[in-house]
Amino acid sequence: VSALLAQRDVFGDIMIELCRRDSRVVLVDGDLANSTKSDKLASAMPERFFMMGIAEQNLVGVAAGMATVGLKPWVASFAAFIATRDLDQIRVVVAQPNLNVKLAAHYSGLLTGYTGKTHQVVNDLAIMRSLPNMTVIAPCDGVEARAAMLAIDQYSGPVYLRLTRDPTPVISDRERPFEIGRGVFLRRGEDVGFVSTGAQTIRVLAAAEMLAGDGISSTVLHMPTIKPIDADALVEIARTTHHILTCEEHSVLGGLGGAVTEVLSERLPVHIERLGLRDIDGESGPNEALIDKYGLSTADVVRRARALLAAR
Amino acid sequence: MTAADLQKSGNDIRRHVLRAVHRAGAGHIGGVFSAADMLAALYFDILRIDPARPLWEDRDRFILSKGHCGIGLYAVLAMRGYFPIDELSTFDAIDSRLQGHPDMTKLPGLDMSTGSLGQGLSPGVGMAIGARYLCKDFRTWVMLGDGEIQEGQICARLDPVESPAAKWRAFGWHVIECDGHRVADFLSACKEAGEIRGRPSMIVARTVKGKGVSFMEHEYTWHSRPITDADLDRAIQELDAADTASRAGAP
Repeated sequence: VSALLAQRDVFGDIMIELCRRDSRVVLVDGDLANSTKSDKLASAMPERFFMMGIAEQNLVGVAAGMATVGLKPWVASFAAFIATRDLDQIRVVVAQPNLNVKLAAHYSGLLTGYTGKTHQVVNDLAIMRSLPNMTVIAPCDGVEARAAMLAIDQYSGPVYLRLTRDPTPVISDRERPFEIGRGVFLRRGEDVGFVSTGAQTIRVLAAAEMLAGDGISSTVLHMPTIKPIDADALVEIARTTHHILTCEEHSVLGGLGGAVTEVLSERLPVHIERLGLRDIDGESGPNEALIDKYGLSTADVVRRARALLAAR
Repeated sequence: MTAADLQKSGNDIRRHVLRAVHRAGAGHIGGVFSAADMLAALYFDILRIDPARPLWEDRDRFILSKGHCGIGLYAVLAMRGYFPIDELSTFDAIDSRLQGHPDMTKLPGLDMSTGSLGQGLSPGVGMAIGARYLCKDFRTWVMLGDGEIQEGQICARLDPVESPAAKWRAFGWHVIECDGHRVADFLSACKEAGEIRGRPSMIVARTVKGKGVSFMEHEYTWHSRPITDADLDRAIQELDAADTASRAGAP
């Protein structure tokens, strides 16, 4: 296991890299630069950094206007504010006109640094996925976040990039380029199929290793793109494993689990269960305690997988 | 065009709007008529535009933030030659490029999609920032309805106002300024606020972020961060010392 890496640190560094490569790239901040690490760009290239105050709805509109004159704006804020407070602005001036605005949604899911349910968002994937024209991406670690940002920069159109706050182990291959819309098979086996997204994939991969120690083989399909979803990869895992457990640090309603069941119910119906928050909001607490309480830990994944197999 | 010609063009907009709304069987009229003369003046005189090149990079931008008046904008765009006048008859019909509210993905000449009130000013700011960043000299115009400026997003864009007190005064509140660290000062402000009748009061308390611990004052990183054992001891000592000094100084 390599050193821990935080997606927000990667974000700050890659914003500088993108700005150096392309004079059209700019960042719009809502006075959270030291949290999102946008302050790295503010120090390195202040002319690319636009602090627009604590006015998140305005941020999105300003970015939309910038996109219409040919700039490539990134909006950096917390996922909770972007996905819910800015929803009408994103719908009307970003998604509907299909403008080239990138939404960097930091502090997603439960692990937001002792903030509680106002700052945690557990339904952003469901919300963003339902907007026409919107692409939704949730990388699992810092290495994949970097690759995703490079791919997003090359893609023209609205993108919601879901990032997690704290450092995590790195499981991604540094050499693998990021392909928007493509799932990644991290492990192959037959007894159970895991479909996972975001940082939850790290916990799922650990669970798959524990199960393997007990002679249970599994496939781990990581879905860093929630929309467009890689339907062919889903059909493949359904064909080879027969029992699927979707896993996400998000509500079980409408997120990855929703997307997977939508695709497979039409293309290859199999037994699917969804692990995630069961229509409930989070609370303040240490990361480990939150992950345990809300049933997202490696041990929880192992337990659910065993139950799935026992029920067949 | 002379001012009289422009005045006439305003009425041409009105005539087109009346016919289009009559044909569609629905549509906004009042707000369009309030805007018609200004739309004529903007599109026939003020704006630097070229209807043959609706995507010309150096054109002036215009955003109709009050998007429900879209039919008025469509009328003047047609009159300027962005599309045939006859197309105005398709307003609100299925498959029409003339949507009930302006859709920039469908019709040439629209610089922003609008319709959800209060949202037009922010993209205008983004366009203006973009013009400056790209060293271009086009201007950005945004037309706002007087109703939609009630939306918070518009006020968000009007910041920063010089002082919070001036802002609240401008909103018609009774404003009392005080030192938020002197309890006696704050108490008298509260008393004054309690005596004001007929309009709301706002106490603007001057405070210092991190007040009370020397190394935290004015240091924004203390907004939220873990505290070390050493910093904890120092901070508690400073607060204790301040209390001791204040007791010693008391009569």
